[in-house]
Amino acid sequence: MALKLDSKIPAGELAQKWSNHKAAIKVVSPANKRKLDIIVIGTGLGGASAAASLGELGYNVKIFCIQDSPRRAHSIAAQGGINAAKNYQNDNDSVYRLFYDTIKGGDYRAREANVYRLAEVSNLIIDQCVAQGVPFAREYGGLLANRSFGGAQVSRTFYARGQTGQQLLLGAYAALNKEIAAGSVKSYPRHEMLDVVVENGEARGIIARNLVTGEIERHGAHAVVIASGGYGNVFFLSTNAMASNGSAAFQCYRKGAGFANPCFTQIHPTCIPVHGTQQSKLTLMSESLRNDGRIWVPKKKEDVEKLRKGTLKPSDIKEEDRDYYLERRYPAFGNLVPRDVASRAAKERCDAGFGVNETGLAVFLDFKTAIERLGKEVIKQRYGNLFDMYEEITDTNPYEQPMQIFPAVHYTMGGIWVDYNLMTTIPGLYAIGEANFSDHGANRLGASALMQGLADGYFVLPYTIGDYLSHKIQAPKVATDTPAFDEAEKAVKEKIAKLFAIKGKQSVDDIHKRLGHIMWENVGMARTKESLERAITEIQALRKEFWADVKLVGTADSFNVELEKALRLADFLELGELMARDALMREESCGGHFRSEHQTEEGEAKRDDENFVYAAVWEYKGMDNEPELTKEPLNFEFVHPAQRNYKD
Amino acid sequence: MNFTLKIWRQKDAKSHGAFETYKVSDISPDTSFLEMMDILNNNLIHEGKEPVAFDHDCREGICGMCSLHINGHAHGPEQAVTTCQIYMRKFRDGQTIVIEPWRSAAFPVIKDLVVDRGAYDKILQAGGFVSVRTNSVPDGNAIPIPKKDADESMDAAACVGCGACAATCKNGSAMLFVAARVSSLAKLPQGRVEGARRAKAMVAKMDELGFGNCTNTGACQAECPKSISIAHIARLNREFLSAKFED
Repeated sequence: MALKLDSKIPAGELAQKWSNHKAAIKVVSPANKRKLDIIVIGTGLGGASAAASLGELGYNVKIFCIQDSPRRAHSIAAQGGINAAKNYQNDNDSVYRLFYDTIKGGDYRAREANVYRLAEVSNLIIDQCVAQGVPFAREYGGLLANRSFGGAQVSRTFYARGQTGQQLLLGAYAALNKEIAAGSVKSYPRHEMLDVVVENGEARGIIARNLVTGEIERHGAHAVVIASGGYGNVFFLSTNAMASNGSAAFQCYRKGAGFANPCFTQIHPTCIPVHGTQQSKLTLMSESLRNDGRIWVPKKKEDVEKLRKGTLKPSDIKEEDRDYYLERRYPAFGNLVPRDVASRAAKERCDAGFGVNETGLAVFLDFKTAIERLGKEVIKQRYGNLFDMYEEITDTNPYEQPMQIFPAVHYTMGGIWVDYNLMTTIPGLYAIGEANFSDHGANRLGASALMQGLADGYFVLPYTIGDYLSHKIQAPKVATDTPAFDEAEKAVKEKIAKLFAIKGKQSVDDIHKRLGHIMWENVGMARTKESLERAITEIQALRKEFWADVKLVGTADSFNVELEKALRLADFLELGELMARDALMREESCGGHFRSEHQTEEGEAKRDDENFVYAAVWEYKGMDNEPELTKEPLNFEFVHPAQRNYKD
Repeated sequence: MNFTLKIWRQKDAKSHGAFETYKVSDISPDTSFLEMMDILNNNLIHEGKEPVAFDHDCREGICGMCSLHINGHAHGPEQAVTTCQIYMRKFRDGQTIVIEPWRSAAFPVIKDLVVDRGAYDKILQAGGFVSVRTNSVPDGNAIPIPKKDADESMDAAACVGCGACAATCKNGSAMLFVAARVSSLAKLPQGRVEGARRAKAMVAKMDELGFGNCTNTGACQAECPKSISIAHIARLNREFLSAKFED
């Protein structure tokens, strides 16, 4: 049975859709809100802002996170900034332009209505955060400062030094704390959702594990909101935090929620290159560096050789012997092309043999020109903490020698399918932020993840969830002693027992690293039919190996990080295959999804708008069965999909 | 590089802990401290032993999760970095490294090197926020804020809540943590409205949770991975005193 996908996009003019929709949906009275329970999974920008706003409205909220405090969710690591269409710089920005840039940046694989709404509420986010005491960067006149980001020709990015995600999250966390103090939200740190409970086709609660005691708990609610972030760690090495995982989203998929565009992965162009086999994660260097940094490789192969041998310093290479390849290929946007374009261009140069470190997998990001133009002090003010971090990690001073960078997995545009209300295909189950698929199409623009997380949590979900809950005002408290909860808890316990019973030889990390290698080589920056088919076969084999040979130590009823990791890896081993299947099915190149068979003569991504203007939504059919595909057609009523042009 | 590690092992909050000695070898100088711990743990797992539990997450120095006391210093021998930002090239080949959890009465050990820092959340819940509702706010540029004030607010807001200050303080005081939040909001017009109530409530909660008093030794500032200045403690004291006068 194929999934029934009703996107619920409101009729009418683009700019009126959200207003019309808000006017049409139902609200819940204060007296009734008090009777309704909501569970939120994850305390990043989406989860924290949603829980705080829902608590303010009067709902009873429970919020769960795997970290020791809600403040540590991975949103905190976002560096560069948050977009909004304020037009404070008077550079002709507007809601429409932000919408257009985002839908174009996503290579026309997102819904117009969702993206327009995102742009529309973006301005409210800035106001909200300022009022919470977020110390955004300011000009001498006391007004908010902006900078430019990839994929835009206006300066619409608001920032707090290189720690914008941290400051926005502390704002949302403070709002959450206010509600925890008021008693409307109850916080469950060091708790992990291990299953979503579905009864009569509706979400009714979750099964969670207390990560300190190992206790398996039942929590019932009238609605469940998944705000658990993305699944980039399927690649093992990524810029995601070590514990970031796709498991909460994957349990929803397993219980029948559609999973959309799983192959849309963002490879971020400016990360510190891999240094060896002992590495645990990759460090991002903020995209904001591309405001002043210029990306290049040598023009001459002999210079490349000398660099690798260490007989030549990059600063010794003459201006005319440098290939500023982004400026050469994309004059209009230069170093500020979108991430997918910048990453592929770096790969192209390295594949051609111009990579600048021992591994041949690095390009330069150079501040020489900017330091000459602005002085070292200004550069230090703008990027000081990033430069320090770079030096700490690499032992190289970026004020004197260019940084070395290379693309790394950063963000997943794909995620749980949601309708315009952010509800999944399971009634009462919502997904917000990076966990859903809705706004970024095939490529996300920089400084738009923070925008989406907070848009969903502060300004969209608190309205749309009321439409569903208005039908639940007569419903009693959700009982957790029902067969559905019994079954879900039993399945979780059996899965844990099964893992301990294997007593194999390989550690969880041993297998995760191998999965990451398969993914990076075959489902990474460039994909082919052969590589994807190979990935599917290899992942299936590795999954069997995992279930026959993984070695767990410790016990289930105690603090046990290995168990946590094993449970997450079990899901990654299915998710990786799903990503490969989706990428294999999508016989076109778009955004971050690049099929080598489908490129223009100049090596740009070649979309196929005849056949692939849809979101690919997958339905789970069992661990070793092929999932079923349902297509949600994307109708472009207001913009005309064209080949993305960042040249002129 | 090769190292000898003396690591605090403790089964759970109720058990007694003790140091155990481990060896790690063939560590690249470019390996981070926590990657070295990963290598140790992977070895332990292969030997069928329980790996060392330690908190970590972003490994970019921003989430505040990592919290190791290394050779007598919170976040190790280097200044102004979190544990995850330390690289093994900073140690001598063959060196013995002593690794402990935060030692603070208000942060009980959960297991090995993992402690419960829930007390910091509770302090912030007592008043570390501006009481504004979603959507009930003026335009972001309605109130200009001098750049200097915004910058100072940001200096204080850089706190990652890791707990190094309280773990370092001989009195177990959380003053630097409390001061960072109070000071960050005190420098902004949005935070001024509730300034007096905030300072009193957060200090009272800190006392209630068993943190000690501040005697201005400055140890917290020296060990803070974000170099939060004790000047913020002075501002907290000012806020607190003026709030008391208002009573």
